[in-house]
Amino acid sequence: MENARFRPLEYVFWACTLLPFLVTPSYLSLASQVAVTALFALSLDLILGYAGIVSLGHAAFFGMGAYTAGLIAKHYWTEPLSGLLVAAVSAGVLGYLLSHIVVRFRHLALIMLTMGFGLLLAEAANSASALTGGADGLQGFHVPGVLGFKFDMFGRAAYAYALAVLFLCFLVARRIIHSPFGLALRGIRENATRMPAIGAPTLAHLRKAYTIAAVIAGIAGAVLTHTTSTVSLETLSFGRSADVLVILILGGAGRLYGGIIGAIIYMVARDQFSGVNPQYWYFWIGLLLVAVVMFLPNGILGGLRALRKKPQ
Amino acid sequence: MLSSLAGVLFDGFAYGMLLFLLSVGLSVTLGMMNFVNLAHCSFAMVGAYATFSLVGRHGWPFLATLPMAFIAAAVISVILERTLYRRLYRASDLDQCLFTIGIVFISIAVYAWFYTTEQQSVQVPDWLKGAQHVGAMSFANYRIFLVVIGLAITAALVLLVERTRFGAQVRAAVDNQRMARGLGIDVDRAFMFTFALGGGLAGLGGALSIQMVGLDPTFALAYLVYVLIVVAVGGLGSIGGSFAAAVVLGISDMAGKYYFPWLGAFLIYLVMVALLMWRPQGLFGKR
Repeated sequence: MENARFRPLEYVFWACTLLPFLVTPSYLSLASQVAVTALFALSLDLILGYAGIVSLGHAAFFGMGAYTAGLIAKHYWTEPLSGLLVAAVSAGVLGYLLSHIVVRFRHLALIMLTMGFGLLLAEAANSASALTGGADGLQGFHVPGVLGFKFDMFGRAAYAYALAVLFLCFLVARRIIHSPFGLALRGIRENATRMPAIGAPTLAHLRKAYTIAAVIAGIAGAVLTHTTSTVSLETLSFGRSADVLVILILGGAGRLYGGIIGAIIYMVARDQFSGVNPQYWYFWIGLLLVAVVMFLPNGILGGLRALRKKPQ
Repeated sequence: MLSSLAGVLFDGFAYGMLLFLLSVGLSVTLGMMNFVNLAHCSFAMVGAYATFSLVGRHGWPFLATLPMAFIAAAVISVILERTLYRRLYRASDLDQCLFTIGIVFISIAVYAWFYTTEQQSVQVPDWLKGAQHVGAMSFANYRIFLVVIGLAITAALVLLVERTRFGAQVRAAVDNQRMARGLGIDVDRAFMFTFALGGGLAGLGGALSIQMVGLDPTFALAYLVYVLIVVAVGGLGSIGGSFAAAVVLGISDMAGKYYFPWLGAFLIYLVMVALLMWRPQGLFGKR
């Protein structure tokens, strides 16, 4: 088993995440979007990169968390941390229920089912406009701040909040994948028929992983709600599910930092390119996808690792 | 009530024919090579824009552009298959999905560049406008035309696959690719022709759909979900299955929009999820 200790490069990386406060204070709201997206990608990495469950409907849990947090803030209380907890639980319950169905399928049926559940939830949220605000989104609430720090227009508290949540969830995910349970997940990914032969409860493991991923995705959604004080239908959309998949593959699936690196590159590039011409952004992202699949099958991080190993 | 039911059934059937044309190629190629080609609707878009340009910018008659839509989409699909897709036959499902989604994004941006993102329409001949009235019921001419074309193509496809040497090779390759290779069948060649045929039919479907659903560059993504539902529900590599699934989907979509408009597409997705949970290999799929 690989060493579970923090490597020097990881300390450097996390220190660098503090840079936006000092270097680019005008981009702090983008930075908190990046942190939310990175957290969402991290949750997909747990099931896709480590357990091998391909999902085209992961936004279901992101949206579930976002709407739960939004509804709580609108109708009950605006303290974010407890709202975050409830959102995590609600997304987790949904994930647990769906996991019983999802883990039984593979290949095309799995992709279609995850996509189907995502689309179902999006349609349901669209139809139940009395509760969710429908296509207009959920508005009319304001989350003032967290732990006494105000969410203001400079976005300092918002980024600190998103970053702290990302870091804590990252530690949890890191602990999980370095545990025997994480090793079992990788075993299932590599060969799902042989794992039961050594006594591993394959389906139970997959259900557990799927539920944990749903919880983290829900947390990401809730953080987005708290930092923007609005929820749109887009949080549940197929586009968001597809985007996060692209981000994860771009960065490199199954290596924990892949989703984070992917989110940074994707979000910053989109911010720059779509300012010029929003519709042609798709061209570049399409080209990037084609190139990654053809030339960098393990994403950017996999490519870097291959480069580093070559000289030996 | 009864006449509205007949109307919904007829409109749904015509819509189903369109979905069948759009998806049958994907079903057969997926069954043969297990290649998840999410860019199938981009081929449909190639055909649709070919018809749009020929009618709108060069003044061709609508009917004459339909074969060109078929050819344009078939040529593009063969070029892509020969140059790019064939490198990925052994790649994982996920890689194939991502690669072809990349192609979809590129095609959307390219068509947006050349044709703008506006909703486009085509001019059809006068005899395709209007409707036939039978008692209290009325049937739109264009939909009758769609049904006739759809049924004719289905019959031709069934004959092709059941009665010709090429069809026998395709069936053998779908059933067991390695065995077919072992018997000396050139599976790659058969696949190339099947791919071209499937792409061409999608192009034809795209051209025919302009009149019914309009055309803009997001077509490649908007109809992908429907096509995937037809393929997944019908079962891979099954022409009959695709036909049945397309008709069921077309009718339930129309019925849903007519009788339960507040549900939106909810009903369709629910039907798909339920069917897939019951039979993950599709209604008529063998594997």
